[in-house]
Amino acid sequence: MDTITYFKKRFEELQAHPVDGHIKSIRDSAFAEFSQTGIPTVKHEEWKYTRINDFFSKDYHFSTDIKEQQLTAQDLAPFQIPGHEDANLVVFVNGHFNRELSHTRSEELEILSLQEAAGHEKYAPIVKEHLGHSADYHRDGVNALNTAFIQEGVFVHVFRSKEASHPIYLYNVTDARRGNIFAQPRCLIHVAENAKVQIVETYITLGADESFTNQVIEVAVEQDAIFDLYKIQNDAPNSKLVSTTHVHQTGKSIANVVTVSLNGGLIRNNLNMVMSAEYCEANLFGLYLGDQHSHMDNHTVVDNRKPNCLSNELYKGVLNGNATGVFNGKIFVRQDAQKTNAYQSNRNILLSDNASVNTKPQLEIFADDVKCSHGCTVGRLDEEALFYMRSRGISEKAATALLLHGFAQDILEKIQHVTTREFVEQLVADKLHL
Amino acid sequence: MLTIKDLRAGIEGKEILKGINLQINPGEVHAIMGPNGSGKSTLASVLAGKEDYEVTGGSVEFMGKNLLELSPEERAGEGLFLSFQYPVEIPGLSTTNFMKTAVNEIRKYRGQEELDAVSFLKMMKEKMALVEIDQAMLSRSLNEGFSGGEKKRNEIFQMAMLEPKLAILDETDSGLDIDAIRIVANGVNKLRNSENAVLCVTHYQRLLNYIVPDYVHVLYNGRIVKSGTKELALELEEKGYDFIKTMAV
Repeated sequence: MDTITYFKKRFEELQAHPVDGHIKSIRDSAFAEFSQTGIPTVKHEEWKYTRINDFFSKDYHFSTDIKEQQLTAQDLAPFQIPGHEDANLVVFVNGHFNRELSHTRSEELEILSLQEAAGHEKYAPIVKEHLGHSADYHRDGVNALNTAFIQEGVFVHVFRSKEASHPIYLYNVTDARRGNIFAQPRCLIHVAENAKVQIVETYITLGADESFTNQVIEVAVEQDAIFDLYKIQNDAPNSKLVSTTHVHQTGKSIANVVTVSLNGGLIRNNLNMVMSAEYCEANLFGLYLGDQHSHMDNHTVVDNRKPNCLSNELYKGVLNGNATGVFNGKIFVRQDAQKTNAYQSNRNILLSDNASVNTKPQLEIFADDVKCSHGCTVGRLDEEALFYMRSRGISEKAATALLLHGFAQDILEKIQHVTTREFVEQLVADKLHL
Repeated sequence: MLTIKDLRAGIEGKEILKGINLQINPGEVHAIMGPNGSGKSTLASVLAGKEDYEVTGGSVEFMGKNLLELSPEERAGEGLFLSFQYPVEIPGLSTTNFMKTAVNEIRKYRGQEELDAVSFLKMMKEKMALVEIDQAMLSRSLNEGFSGGEKKRNEIFQMAMLEPKLAILDETDSGLDIDAIRIVANGVNKLRNSENAVLCVTHYQRLLNYIVPDYVHVLYNGRIVKSGTKELALELEEKGYDFIKTMAV
């Protein structure tokens, strides 16, 4: 059975379960999209370097199959991020929101299932306004596949003019202890006017079978709100991840997204920042440290639709062994978006002959009074710097680690949640054998 | 301490050092002068172990060991220090962390215990005063955005921290104004004792007004063509390098 036929059958089964009318209508149109495009292959321009369709020729459990969740707090314990006892927890297991393992600690926010939110008097209009917008930027089947099967997603609402007293830790767990697994977590996060929240998320694969996580997070950041998202990707080599993060900003809001990819078989991040009102600020930072056979792909879009917005983007990669890196950054400056400041840079260090990176910065400017820059570099470790350090008695290995740590530092320091920053710094130090 | 015999070295097949002989003993200050392209910086780099250069002949003995067989870090461990003409900028690494690693790696090489944080800070404080350097500068990324004078002061600060037996100063005065030269030279002079030695590589005589050499050698076309005392530097300053060129022919 080919992939489209397989999912068509599953989609028909899904119809047996009642769902909110609005969710049903976007599911239907998403499935129509998927049945035309299917899972993208490397022939698709946006997927030229990242091959994900192989997974679908294998036997796997689709997350709709797994109703009961056998995961316990003990199973999760080894993967907890420091500071979790002082955080709001949102746990997905195989793409389903797990209420037992989740916990709301802050009074300034509410965490519901997407279904509940869609039927909620206050939240239904928000769901209606924002759910499914990432599709505007991804016509490739993968995004549509997640949307077509929305069931137990999560909805987060941060109250107006409130700063969340605790961060939200978002765990995406796939349980591959009994066969391959395909999971599709889905979130909609609404940061109301003048509110502030920090989200830390991570991905955990249990067991030795293969996992494929196709995640979509959509975020609406309202006027004067501040949204921080730290994506920590440190999963097992038997994991594959497509993570789509779509951030829609309105006036004078600030969104900071830091993506740190350390381990995992295949990682594809799609990050969209849509600046739909004046004076928005978006900061996109990324660090990827690939080795062995890992594949790390970051696709970003910054869409400046209105005047006077600012975006800063810096992605840095270090690739060793047989690892592959991909960076594709698009900046759109629409005709209306005068006085846009948009900066983008991608810097890469290749440590071995077999490591590679494909980088493609793109600017599309339709306004005439803007400041934009983009650039990319691919190089080796600075020999002069290595010699300088060795001449001070530092071994070649230690000097290499220190140089790479220095290279990574200006990304890591963008993580403003201190506990998380220290945790990630330690992960990076361990990875670099410091 | 350092014995160089008939040292020949080059880069990409081109011979630059064409048979250098030099003997440096503890407590001495030697200056090597010469016109541009004479091989001064090559000599400094070869002694420090820069891999771009290929040694094609001769020998270098340092503290009883064959220097040329040692890696750059081992040379530092044995007590060799090179103050760079162009110190490298390293983003994301503070001078403090750099020195903490360097001091402890060298101590490890010498079979000494690592310095604890308190002793390390105490040592830093002492050495900072020598070159008029402040804490804020040491917390910044190494050499990044430093002025020429700050970079060279930072080099001498590192020298003070690592307490080398032989310090090679490669064009330490280049790009410095007279005040900066004085600070750097004072730092070097305070570090001098009867156990260590300094090899000063310079184009101009002016640094030697502050770091007074016991011996001056003139390098020309890859060879030492004349050696003398500090008066030789003054003579060179007066007559220019052309005088050496005519002599060397």
